[in-house]
Amino acid sequence: MPDKIVKQDPPETFAQTLVRHGVELTRDRTVTLQVNTGRLCSLSCRHCHLEAGPGRGETMTRETMDSVIDAARRLPFASIDITGGAPELVPDLEYLLRGVAPLAPRVVVRTNLVSLDERLARLYRELRVVLVASFPALNAGQTSAQRGEGVWEKSIEALKLLNSVGYGVPGEGVELDLVSNPSGAFLPAAQAGSEKRFRAELSRRYGVSFDNLFCFANVPLGRFLAWLEKSGNLEGYREKLAAGFNPCAVAGLMCRSQLSVDWDGALYDCDFHLAAGIPFGGGVANIRELQELPAPGTPIPTAQYCFACTVGSGFT
Amino acid sequence: MENYYDPKDLPRFAEIGNDAPELAQKFFDYYGSVFAEGELSEREKALIALAVAHTVQCPYCIDAYTRGCLEKGASLGEMTEALHVVTAIRGGASLVHGIQMRKIAEKLSL
Ligand code: SF4
Repeated sequence: MPDKIVKQDPPETFAQTLVRHGVELTRDRTVTLQVNTGRLCSLSCRHCHLEAGPGRGETMTRETMDSVIDAARRLPFASIDITGGAPELVPDLEYLLRGVAPLAPRVVVRTNLVSLDERLARLYRELRVVLVASFPALNAGQTSAQRGEGVWEKSIEALKLLNSVGYGVPGEGVELDLVSNPSGAFLPAAQAGSEKRFRAELSRRYGVSFDNLFCFANVPLGRFLAWLEKSGNLEGYREKLAAGFNPCAVAGLMCRSQLSVDWDGALYDCDFHLAAGIPFGGGVANIRELQELPAPGTPIPTAQYCFACTVGSGFT
Repeated sequence: MENYYDPKDLPRFAEIGNDAPELAQKFFDYYGSVFAEGELSEREKALIALAVAHTVQCPYCIDAYTRGCLEKGASLGEMTEALHVVTAIRGGASLVHGIQMRKIAEKLSL
């Protein structure tokens, strides 16, 4: 028996759904600059919307890093959020980090955990970088299915290394957050309950601690989209995302407060539009030309995969 | 080929309220309350539901609670162990009734 009754109406676009609920998707105050350092990664996770992997050559150059650092100097970003691929594989990551660290109160690095070493862990600690690590499940099976064989064991070792330099340890002042995406075509578990379970199990089984757990739905783009198509799950997954539309989640969507800059300097409203190639709705094409933050009220372009951000409690 | 079971019937469950809406409403209200977080978490309740779904052999429930368990953060290991729990009880229940068989046979036999 279903625990929720699934809507039977014909498919509606995301834009139509917003109109039906009387909601608009426009910018609020922009406070975060997300920096995508490239597609190179040590893993080829099966849910990756960017299709990052070991074979990808796109990597941010020092010149583009300088444009990013300049933008962070002239514009009041409260947070710089560095992602990839695996930022750890970018040769000039330290240059970028040292450049932006004094310019924003909060600098975040999204780590896949397996490309970390002690030198980087100490560098992050020195610069007080917030770490956000992929950690989908509490078991090796679901973790390897999503991220590859052996990733579970390496991730536990990396979490132990991070704890040893103070990350995720109460009172040390350096934040370690985990991100869990479902290992397949289903929605994420509720965040509060999962965080409690992850905290208890990781502590009991491995003596590992962390600060926050975030649970996000997978976005039907890139490698995840290809898998949905191949496995015959696409239609059902899309219906599920649309049926779970929560108008209250729109206010907190990351595209309302964030700009994403790609490895080549191109600007997007979010990392998913970056993956899909839908350019920044505010009109400026490259970070070099960005003279001011987008005005609140600037419209944000939408696409069908936006439903993944508004399902349940949302993707903020 | 025609079939008694069709996965597309599952989302139509609410139609069972047609022609007897008050009774259906009572059932759905009760159903919703049963599965809400209580002394047991929603995840634990979904695991029990999955296990019971296999004993009542309801393909709709197996479909819904396999998804439900995954969406509540249960692992395949937990889901499989839950099945072994009901299988042990199911098998055990048959075996323990064997005592009745043995008692009756003993009474009837020389
Ligand atoms: S994909 Fe999500 S974050 Fe990006 S524009 Fe759509 S709703 Fe906003």
